Amino acid sequence: MPDPAGAPDRLNDFVIKLANVNGTGSASANALLMKSMFRMGIPVMGKNYFPSNIQGLPTWYEIRACSEGYIARSGRIDLMVAMNAETYAKDVKEVSPGGYLLYDSSWPRPALLSRDDITILGVPLARMCNETFEGVRSRILLKNIMYAGVLAGLLDLELDLMRTMLGESYSNKKALLDDNVKALEIGHNYALTHFSCPLPIRAARMQKTSDHIMIDGNTAAALGCLYAGATVGAWYPITPSTSVMDAFKGFCQKWRVDAQTGKHNYVIVQAEDELSAIGAVIGASWNGARAFTPTSGPGISLMNEFIGLAYYAEIPAVIFDIQRVGPSTGMPTRTQQCDLLLAAYASHGDTKHVLLFPNSPEECFYMAIQAFDLAERLQTPVFVMSDLDIGMNDWMCPTLHWDDAYRPDRGKVLNAEQIAGLDKFHRYLDKDGDAIPYRTLPGVHPKGAYFTRGSGHNQFGGYTEDAAEYQVVLDRLRRKFDTAKTLVPSAIVTGRGNQDIGIVSIGSCDGAMREALDGLKRKGLHMDYMRLRGFPFGREVEDFLAAHSLIFVVEQNRDGQLRSLLTLETAVEKAKLRSILHYSGMPMSADVIVTGVLAELGPAEPVRSVVRSIHEVPQRKS
Amino acid sequence: MSFITKPKVAHPGLPRNELGLTRRDYEGSMSTLCAGCGHDSVTAAIIEAVWELSLRPEQLAKLSGIGCSSKTTAYFVSGAHGFNSVHGRMPSIATGAHAANSQLYYVGVSGDGDTLSIGFGQFAHAIRRNINMLYMIENNGVYGLTKGQFSASADIGSKAKRGEANMQPPVDPVLTALTLGCTFVARSFSGDKEQLVPLIKAGMMHKGFALIDVLSPCVTFNDHEGSTKSYGFVRDHYDEVVHADFVPPATEITASYAAGAVMPVTMHDGSRIVLRKLDPDYDPTHRGKAFNYLRDKQAQGEYATGLIYLDSQSPDFHAVNNTAATPMNQLPYAQLHPGTKGLAKIMDKYR
Repeated sequence: MPDPAGAPDRLNDFVIKLANVNGTGSASANALLMKSMFRMGIPVMGKNYFPSNIQGLPTWYEIRACSEGYIARSGRIDLMVAMNAETYAKDVKEVSPGGYLLYDSSWPRPALLSRDDITILGVPLARMCNETFEGVRSRILLKNIMYAGVLAGLLDLELDLMRTMLGESYSNKKALLDDNVKALEIGHNYALTHFSCPLPIRAARMQKTSDHIMIDGNTAAALGCLYAGATVGAWYPITPSTSVMDAFKGFCQKWRVDAQTGKHNYVIVQAEDELSAIGAVIGASWNGARAFTPTSGPGISLMNEFIGLAYYAEIPAVIFDIQRVGPSTGMPTRTQQCDLLLAAYASHGDTKHVLLFPNSPEECFYMAIQAFDLAERLQTPVFVMSDLDIGMNDWMCPTLHWDDAYRPDRGKVLNAEQIAGLDKFHRYLDKDGDAIPYRTLPGVHPKGAYFTRGSGHNQFGGYTEDAAEYQVVLDRLRRKFDTAKTLVPSAIVTGRGNQDIGIVSIGSCDGAMREALDGLKRKGLHMDYMRLRGFPFGREVEDFLAAHSLIFVVEQNRDGQLRSLLTLETAVEKAKLRSILHYSGMPMSADVIVTGVLAELGPAEPVRSVVRSIHEVPQRKS
Repeated sequence: MSFITKPKVAHPGLPRNELGLTRRDYEGSMSTLCAGCGHDSVTAAIIEAVWELSLRPEQLAKLSGIGCSSKTTAYFVSGAHGFNSVHGRMPSIATGAHAANSQLYYVGVSGDGDTLSIGFGQFAHAIRRNINMLYMIENNGVYGLTKGQFSASADIGSKAKRGEANMQPPVDPVLTALTLGCTFVARSFSGDKEQLVPLIKAGMMHKGFALIDVLSPCVTFNDHEGSTKSYGFVRDHYDEVVHADFVPPATEITASYAAGAVMPVTMHDGSRIVLRKLDPDYDPTHRGKAFNYLRDKQAQGEYATGLIYLDSQSPDFHAVNNTAATPMNQLPYAQLHPGTKGLAKIMDKYR
């Protein structure tokens, strides 16, 4: 067994992984651990790896404390809390050399001795729980808080702070609070009594989280919908998007109920399927309400026909695609960026759509609002391409801010007076030269009435099967996409700007990208980095691609969908683009990018992430 | 062709409604359906009903899916917005539109293919939600635009134009709607304007989902010997059980009806539907009895018609959702967001 005292001091720079069984109440203990570090001012990351299951399957939670502020996975495990006998063997293997493993020593574990390069810490959690608490349920739940107490001792987390946080959680449940605090203290005492605390991996208060929050992207997106003034939400439950509507409902119940009448200033439709959900969004948007639907890949597949209608009939719609692992049902509780092409060209015929790529919950909030503005300005569907990692994990991000001067951009909608002043209303005429026509809403004025249709129509809104008339409208739609290029959020370029080598990425890769670029810099490799934030790609994207002779494209899917989109939609020479692909379903970590870049600068082979499915459920021997 | 503009010339002597508008003011573009199509009679009945109700044209929103029937929303009330959506999905468009603005009158026109095959799920769920709309099925048992395939409402033994017989049992929209909890269920015939016009008026004023299944023969593909949706067959097997008269608010019921067979039902806006029961044993307010009656009639090869079931009390979609009276699309932005102060409070929860 290695001597812990000899290990290097790792102050505020360590990774803990907690292996639990789904449905045993570990989530609140794990959140307590992470949040306590956050409140100690330590930059922290929390990732939940959970099964598509309600109870009984393995689940993991990973917490990374990082004084330097990196928020991606690190690829290293310093302390494993192995609470799941089923996955124990694998969990032991995952600990980095020199690391620690904490287990429940109430029962003997013959497999314990399988590694001599890590320190094993046994705590009789179940026994202590059984001796202290009554009832099976309490004992199971409190075991989690007890290991949180042990970790508080080992890592030197502030116990008073943790007590305060428990008090916030159980403010109305005195008995429950007392039990939780007791379990926390028993664990803490045990650690102090039996181990040399703190370990070299330890926490100490710093000041790096002030003016920050911990929030998940789905909650932030829902908050964005609230602030955007969305009044109609329609959805069909699908992991990992469900919590968008749950959060929206929660915000509405607090902020959208009329104080006098108790009536709701919002409507939520739980549809019978995703076809109906997008139909309701299109119907509501057609009628002048701001409407949205949250979904994931399978939902987008189902919505395709309607998305084409909204594109061609020019009706706003806001779609949140919280991407998960495909194809087909895939792995619903794992993350990927695998719907890029699906969303960009959703539906039959010549269609192209506006996409936004948030890199964090913070951008989910701001881009949700932008999505509504763009959808109404451009009269077209807009996709917010989030993913499970952003959507369902709590991320540390800057406090969200609001400008009270904001007013929604409702686009070119004519009011009754304007319609009355018209000689005749023509729905699809490009009057302003920006390829965006004027719109009228039902119920406003009989002269504004027109017939919305997905069938061939001319620029006046009438039915047509005439080739020239049809093409006038279709060509204008293409020009409208050019206008969109100038309106979507532009790509962010960082670096010295004079490098031969560029690197391009999107969305949730960003945290890992920033860490990887710093790592590469230390190795003497400087690169310019472009983070795409919107599609269609603007002028700055073309410029960046033209200015670099070798460009890495980092994304989370097998087929290099972003690379394909760049080659289809820009003038870039395909051979210049090299893929770094990560598609295991686990959130991206910096080492994938570093390894990929280094490998590419040696042999010229596309690099694929080597992360295997380390969370595979071990098969029982029959 | 619908792009031919129909000149709107109103003869000075044409009768005018309360708004001073003539029937011509409620017309749409020229129908492109086959001459003699039942659907055109339904269109005429809708124009008559909306004119009689004195609705402003823009108070109406016309919704449809895909098919011959779905084209007809272009042929009435050109002063109202129309939405010809995708096949079978009009109910979801209606759901969203109704969610956004509770103050318009929504008229959906669909067909038997659009409703009972590709759109069966959406049809069922719009009924469940009790969306406040009139939903008309122009039911001819056949796919017209694709030239004569059987639809899901074709009866067993019904013959196609080329002679083959349908062997699958039909889906009956009226029975289906009754079992799904539909609050207004009617059946009529495109050739019976006297029955159809008051039904449309009553359906539009009903607060909730009003279904009218209109048998509407297809003159091109399903009006031959052996068809059970032909003009001849429907006329011969047509049985009106309840005739509905629509009486606007604050209007006295002056018509004389046979005692015992009249049942006035007050609607939410004070208007009344007077049900004349032609079969005194029939109870149009009892869902189970209505269902059994229809099944018995069906066994005898009869189409029971009229206002078959009415529940004017069940809450509609917005009542269930406790939605504000101001339509969602008209709420001022200031009422919709908590501002800087609110955000600061919200942020405190995430520290």
